[in-house]
Amino acid sequence: MTGPTEPAAADGGPVDLAVIGAGPAGLAAVNAAADLGLSCALLDAAALPGGQFYRQPATALRASRPQALHHGWRAFAGLGARLTVHRAAGTVRLFAGHHVWSVSGGAGAWELHVVDGADGRQGTDGQQGSTVRARAVLCATGAHERQLPFPGWTLPGVVGAGGAQAMLKAGLVLPGRRVVVAGSGPLLMAVAASLADAGAAVPLVAEASGYAGYARRPRTLAANPGKLVEGAAHAARLLRHGVTVRTRSAVVAAHGEDRVEAVTVARVDHDWRPLPGTERRVACDALAVGHGLLPQLELALELGCGVRALPDGSQALSVDAEQRTTVDGLWAAGETTGIGGVGLALIEGELAAFSIAAALGRPAPAGSRGRLRALARRRGRLRAFADLMAERHRPGPGWVDWLSSGTEVCRCEEVTAGAVREAVDDLGAGDLRTVKLLTRAGMGWCQGRMCGPAVARLAGGGDPAGTRPLSCPVPMGVLAADDGAP
Amino acid sequence: MSRDPLALVRAHPGPGFEFSFDGEPVPALPGQSIAAALWASGRLSWRRTRRAGRPRGAFCGMGVCFDCLVVADGRPNVRACLARAVPGGTVATQEGTGHDGTN
Repeated sequence: MTGPTEPAAADGGPVDLAVIGAGPAGLAAVNAAADLGLSCALLDAAALPGGQFYRQPATALRASRPQALHHGWRAFAGLGARLTVHRAAGTVRLFAGHHVWSVSGGAGAWELHVVDGADGRQGTDGQQGSTVRARAVLCATGAHERQLPFPGWTLPGVVGAGGAQAMLKAGLVLPGRRVVVAGSGPLLMAVAASLADAGAAVPLVAEASGYAGYARRPRTLAANPGKLVEGAAHAARLLRHGVTVRTRSAVVAAHGEDRVEAVTVARVDHDWRPLPGTERRVACDALAVGHGLLPQLELALELGCGVRALPDGSQALSVDAEQRTTVDGLWAAGETTGIGGVGLALIEGELAAFSIAAALGRPAPAGSRGRLRALARRRGRLRAFADLMAERHRPGPGWVDWLSSGTEVCRCEEVTAGAVREAVDDLGAGDLRTVKLLTRAGMGWCQGRMCGPAVARLAGGGDPAGTRPLSCPVPMGVLAADDGAP
Repeated sequence: MSRDPLALVRAHPGPGFEFSFDGEPVPALPGQSIAAALWASGRLSWRRTRRAGRPRGAFCGMGVCFDCLVVADGRPNVRACLARAVPGGTVATQEGTGHDGTN
């Protein structure tokens, strides 16, 4: 599923459906929608479809066995084959390397404002802006990693767990030879297993929460045997590589001058508070760290979509049984509706496609009613598992004890925990926005995507939903040329 | 058992090439990002922060955090985790904003 995109289609006539994001949810949706006879545009910032989960090695690396780095590659290969057929038939137009920076209009007449450039040069000269018009829009923009700071987390060699995974899957590289994996959430197991498979020594996986809590929901577990198999598969790989997994443990500091040389691991209590006297030093040349995933909601929030609070303190788009958001003509699927993993994303994408097709006057054929019912049932079961997962890996409030006053919280603007605490304790800042105005935390390049969860928690809240007027950097020339921009 | 990522996925890339990083040659494979090639060469940092001048490199690995900014072929603020390495390219550590004399 490589090949060129069709940029000529931009600024052309409207399509029935524009799908933003070519990860599992977007791919499932666009294939199902095209099967039902809709004309579709599929837009993604990356050069190849797949999203973060099915991130493919660059084509030129010519990997003949990419599935060695992936769980469930067969499903992706099937989606890719169908996409190829739909593209050849002209029913789906793929805009790879195109970032949607804003959406305007409304049901029946959406306008997606797009900049090209998958090459990291976004926001610089030479980028082209264009507009894709559509009658319906599906938001399948996925998630990014939640980070919580600790002393030394800005050292080179400390990388996001998802980041290490992304660099491995796309570029076939490792950040080091001896990589500690830490944080919280099921992604850590997958990342540790991939790193070990690819040749890294993984001395330790430190999970701040416990896995015992899952056992207290036997019915949710029993209803999701696939999830247990997936977990067991990662565990077996880790066992084979001799990787130690410690729950209720956290990396509370990283050490080194110009790169990480060791980390301090401590036992933590149920609130993630380090237990004094349990600290030990583990030598490593890289640390892959992450504390769960956060839905990426900028575009949907700009359009006024309603959100719901999740058990882990994050927010996700509110959708009904047909994946409709609270905004007419806008559907959502996958991680944007709550972190639930690839299986749930595939189901939600397909269900959204049926709903969109019906709304555009192409009701599902009678023969597909059974499938729709089965999909809805599986969605319910997987959603219950997702909620359990969010609850089990909710960041404990004790993580703030990892911080020293000199720990940088905002990586872009180099704002310390001491400065943020001063804004909260002495200057009375009670929310993310006030802290930002007082300290510049969250004002830099990443627009608070990295520090937002930490700063908001220090100010007494949960994860920010992520309201930003532009979803990516856009050159002034493109902004100026766009009359339809908000 | 395979013990490196290329062997794991049985990658057979075309001939490698070099680009220059702060004046030193760095090998790269076709399709790799600048950050991937730098990691493969054992380099983890290629930016110095605007205020404290601290070293930084790739962090989020997916274009979100902007920690991995480099000066590529004279252009500052290029995300090394997204930008492809190109044969004969010139990559330099980004000091501060990457614009000389300002921060």
